[in-house]
Amino acid sequence: MTAMQHLALSARGVRMEYRDRGSAGGQTLVALENVDLDVADGAFVSLLGPSGCGKSTFLKIVNGLIRQTAGEIRLHRVAKGREDAMVFQDAALFPWYSVTDNVAYGLVCAGVARKEARKRAQPYIELVGLSGFEDRYPYQLSGGMQQRANLARALAVDSAILLMDEPFAALDAQTRELMQAELLRIWNAAQKTVLFVTHQIDEAVFLSDRVVVMARRPGRIIADIPIDLPRPRALEMKRTARFGEYEDQIWRLIAGDVQNAAKENADG
Amino acid sequence: MTQMAIADSPRFRTILPRPRRRRHPIVRWYRRNERLLLSVLGIVLFFALWQIGSDRGLVDKFFFSAPTDIAVAAWNEIQNPRFWEDMKVSGWELLVGSVLGVIVSVPLGLVVGWYRRLNYAVDPWLNFANALPRVALIPLVVLTVGLGVEMKITIVFLGAVFTIMVATVEGVRTVERYLLDVARSFRASQRRIFTSLVIPGTLPFIVSGMRIAVGRVLAGVIIAEFYAQTQGIGVMILKAGYAFDSARMMFGILLFTLVGIILYEAVGYAERYFQRWRPAIEDAP
Repeated sequence: MTAMQHLALSARGVRMEYRDRGSAGGQTLVALENVDLDVADGAFVSLLGPSGCGKSTFLKIVNGLIRQTAGEIRLHRVAKGREDAMVFQDAALFPWYSVTDNVAYGLVCAGVARKEARKRAQPYIELVGLSGFEDRYPYQLSGGMQQRANLARALAVDSAILLMDEPFAALDAQTRELMQAELLRIWNAAQKTVLFVTHQIDEAVFLSDRVVVMARRPGRIIADIPIDLPRPRALEMKRTARFGEYEDQIWRLIAGDVQNAAKENADG
Repeated sequence: MTQMAIADSPRFRTILPRPRRRRHPIVRWYRRNERLLLSVLGIVLFFALWQIGSDRGLVDKFFFSAPTDIAVAAWNEIQNPRFWEDMKVSGWELLVGSVLGVIVSVPLGLVVGWYRRLNYAVDPWLNFANALPRVALIPLVVLTVGLGVEMKITIVFLGAVFTIMVATVEGVRTVERYLLDVARSFRASQRRIFTSLVIPGTLPFIVSGMRIAVGRVLAGVIIAEFYAQTQGIGVMILKAGYAFDSARMMFGILLFTLVGIILYEAVGYAERYFQRWRPAIEDAP
């Protein structure tokens, strides 16, 4: 790491309010309160917290899908292409498009002709390990393969920042572990900044340079933990004592919140 | 590990593998084509019972005729130039009315479904128009365009247009929210959102609308021809009925049924083509 390294993203005082339509008085729910976050170029940063802590909301604000109520976010400008691209939860592939057309979608949206976009999608299909499945429809893919296509679609637009919204949450435990290792390999090859949203502690620790821990009601950052584990990381690392210490440290930070969230879900 | 006892006492119930039987080739051929064979059998059986019934006097031939008589009537009809004139007129009404119905309803449905406020304003009228029995409009249509082929085409058109439009609007309104997020996330233009998301997502609904419309356009042809009493297969049925020529009447009715089946099949084919990105239901055991 050099001293000259620039920021990829900088958030200051981000606040997100929703009007609660359920209550008669029009109560305001604060999804995010006073979020400050700096992410260095090339870093892998996870946002971790129980459901309802606003981590996905923050990602959507960065992506421009929703607008914050207050505060601002700055994204480092890029010479060509886009600043950010989103890897969606539950794959979110177009069921009527083949793998290639799904991966090429972002390029086509950016005005690249379909034929050229399909050609440019090919290396990313190979990078995520979907060679030979180019002409399949999403229903013909397993959950893990769908997530690979979802990832390739975001990689293909060659953005500086990759926003990942719990991309592995719907996968079975073994596939999830495999995809985590794959993601690190791809991240290494693609040289991107990653902002990764998850509620899984081991996933966050394994992947990240920093784990930003969030709490709910209101959604806010409560800790920012640098993960000082050597890279490249292999899955065996999850069984080491230091890995366990990080997991314990983070669990203690969110345990109370998680229990409250579970109670509310049971009541509601 | 300690020594296990042997599971051979009467306290155990044994689960055996399914016995593999080699079936006769005819049985296997039957199993592969079971569905088709049984459908054909059902039709053949129906006509056979009808024939036997009318031969034995159990079915009144005067009203219902008999399959052999209908076949004779059909043979006489297809050698009659008047019949082909009727076919041409009915076919033309059906074709023009249906095609116009699709051409008008699909784009309108897409627009009305997409713009929320327009949808709020149009929806009550659309439901009203769809609920209104089209037959009730015949006198009005006759008043405006007369008793000619235009009137009949209009009735067929009215049978198709609202049905397909309602289905199209529904399709657009149920476009998957998360895919809309994907399109917006990649900064898709309005046009791109339409071509990549709204239209493919709505196609299955449009085709279902067309499926419902098949019955309505056929009914439109008959009702309009009954009313105008000029030309067409509907008129043939009507006149045959008035002349107590039940064989010719039944031939006309079966003709409409056949056209209906062909149209249903065509819509089904379109459905499978436009949804090849979906797992085929037939693949299920």
